[in-house]
Amino acid sequence: MKQHGGKPGKEDHAALADAFNKDEARVNWHDETLWWIRQKRDRAAHTIPEWELLRETASRIKDNVLSNLGRYLEQFEAAATANGVTVHWAADAAEHNAIVLSLLRRHGVDKMVKSKSMLTEECHLNEFLQEQGVEVIDTDLGERVVQLAEEPPSHIVLPCIHKKKEEIGEIFHEHLGTPAGNADPQFLTHAARLHLREKFLTRRAALTGINFAVAETGEFVVCTNEGNADMGAHLADVHIACMGIEKLVPLKKHLGVFLRLLTRSATGQPITTYSSHFKKPRPGKEMHIVLVDNGRSVHLGRKEFRNSLKCIRCAACFNTCPVYRRSGGHSYHTAVAGPIGSILAPNLDREKYADLPFASTLCGSCSNVCPVKIDIHEQLYKWRQVLVQSGHAPLAKRAAMKTMTWVLSNPSVYHGAGKMGRWFMLNAPFTVNNGMNPWYKQRDMPPVPKQSFGEWYKKNKK
Amino acid sequence: MFIPCYIDQFYPQVGIATLELLEKFGCEVVYPSSQTCCGQPMANSGFEHLTKGCNDLFIKNFEEFDYIVSPSGSCVLHIKDHLHSEGVGVEAGGGGDHGGAGTEGGRGTTIPKKIYELVEFMTDVLQVGELEASFPFKVGIHQSCHGQRGLKLAQMSELMAAPFSKPERLLKMVKGIELISLTRQDECCGFGGTFCVAEEAVSVKMGKDRVADHLHHGAEYITGSDMSCLMHLEGILHRQKSTVQVKHIAEILNSRL
Repeated sequence: MKQHGGKPGKEDHAALADAFNKDEARVNWHDETLWWIRQKRDRAAHTIPEWELLRETASRIKDNVLSNLGRYLEQFEAAATANGVTVHWAADAAEHNAIVLSLLRRHGVDKMVKSKSMLTEECHLNEFLQEQGVEVIDTDLGERVVQLAEEPPSHIVLPCIHKKKEEIGEIFHEHLGTPAGNADPQFLTHAARLHLREKFLTRRAALTGINFAVAETGEFVVCTNEGNADMGAHLADVHIACMGIEKLVPLKKHLGVFLRLLTRSATGQPITTYSSHFKKPRPGKEMHIVLVDNGRSVHLGRKEFRNSLKCIRCAACFNTCPVYRRSGGHSYHTAVAGPIGSILAPNLDREKYADLPFASTLCGSCSNVCPVKIDIHEQLYKWRQVLVQSGHAPLAKRAAMKTMTWVLSNPSVYHGAGKMGRWFMLNAPFTVNNGMNPWYKQRDMPPVPKQSFGEWYKKNKK
Repeated sequence: MFIPCYIDQFYPQVGIATLELLEKFGCEVVYPSSQTCCGQPMANSGFEHLTKGCNDLFIKNFEEFDYIVSPSGSCVLHIKDHLHSEGVGVEAGGGGDHGGAGTEGGRGTTIPKKIYELVEFMTDVLQVGELEASFPFKVGIHQSCHGQRGLKLAQMSELMAAPFSKPERLLKMVKGIELISLTRQDECCGFGGTFCVAEEAVSVKMGKDRVADHLHHGAEYITGSDMSCLMHLEGILHRQKSTVQVKHIAEILNSRL
């Protein structure tokens, strides 16, 4: 059901963004909502005098992790195993999904609660398990809303940020039986609470994501505002925690750096309501960790792109991105949207996500808010070069670019073309000011001067 | 003096103002007549590998000068970051580290180190302390991203660091000018090179929102150091039949009204 589309052609970012922009009032609302979060982030960061130093420190810790990833993973596995946790290795999404299914089957479980995990979105775990007859209940409130609406999340921290409260009221009315027309957030949250409480109490398996895993101790940290990860994990017999292999930090003390950055960057809160440390299973219960590669080790080998693996999934780059705020998360047709998603997705599938690095003005705001200092906008630029060179640029654009290049590298052709262009615009504005020209649809062409600067210079200065 | 292609063709008055300003401050200015473009439109669209012709031409035109000055932050940033030619050091496969491409190697060019955007040339090299200019209007500054975040012409709102603004410092020397403040001081206008046509809907929406911010605060003119952003905003203002105009910062710094 809730698959991200991602077909080439009509469903690319530009087309999906165009559709989103048909309702300008909604775009304004979406933009203002996320800008408000960006401002909260600014205020929270301002309370930390050493903010920029903290970012630099986090960036360097992650550099060290990426340069020694194999060693830290082995250290983590050994420590976690010694703690009584079972560690699994998954090369790709299919292996990850198969491991989770086999654990559930072994315990005869066909109903599971899950707290937020973008990794399982990336692996399309819910769809897979449902096909296998396992019911998955997302317990993060926002995730539950989009799950009921049969939509993918549009934001990695705020999954249903694209929904207004009235729409959530309707979804709850349909699925949870709340009174029609009631869109009071407190009331709806209470209804969700009652609905989820029953699920927590009756499910024997719980799956959580992992925000940080500590190589030194084998423990991991899960950050939520709702305590739903804890509720699920504490009530279930089997706790399965899934993480991408890049989520490691070397030492426990490094958490002090990352926990201070994560939520301030994400929502402007000083810290998540719950930052829960999991280390070993309770007596008689089981704890499993699934370490997932799914293209990450290939990405690690790409010198110019590897530092995108530093990402701690705070989504600050989403909230600040002027394009994301005005195109909506679904326009990126991938689990992790926004600027960071646009540099991660082509690693997974170049054909399908070739449009995403072009869905940016390269303004650079993303790189400035990134708490681990990923050079996001520079990687967007580099991906454009790679995608074009590997033949993923649309043909029309390629032809136009070749013409433009030819004109601009030949001064005499350029001066001829410029004059011709201006002559046409002066004498027959309809040739350019028409529906075929996307500039002109909602913008006027610049006024046309009688002479170019070059011509003026020749007459007046030489 | 490097006058980017679209300024040459559409905004000759910006080139003239730049030239006059530089001459006022005692510079000996030459405009190499066979210049065209920095190659950015191709490179930002993923076609950096096709920009060799532009690069060679650029080096041929400008290598001999002490400084290269241009009234466009975006084009200058592109040259600084991406100018390279055959035999000039930049790693294979495109890219290279930010800033400083093409400064080493046998046929190395020093252009990336001596090219300046007009505003930074005036504040950092000429160290302009006063101006004989007047412009008695309410003016909003559009901080173009490549100038601001790329060339660091002004502090960026995302960073927790002391504020400064080179364009503002110069504009404050203009008599009679009233600089307005904005709700979002440095949000992108959505021009973005080929983005403006490839992602028409978002580009226009971003531009409309920028324009609205300036209008809301009573701007009579919108200025900036990148004419490409201003061309986009001007297109939207005209379509809205607004009387508010765009003016390149060089025109204001050179004006006597």
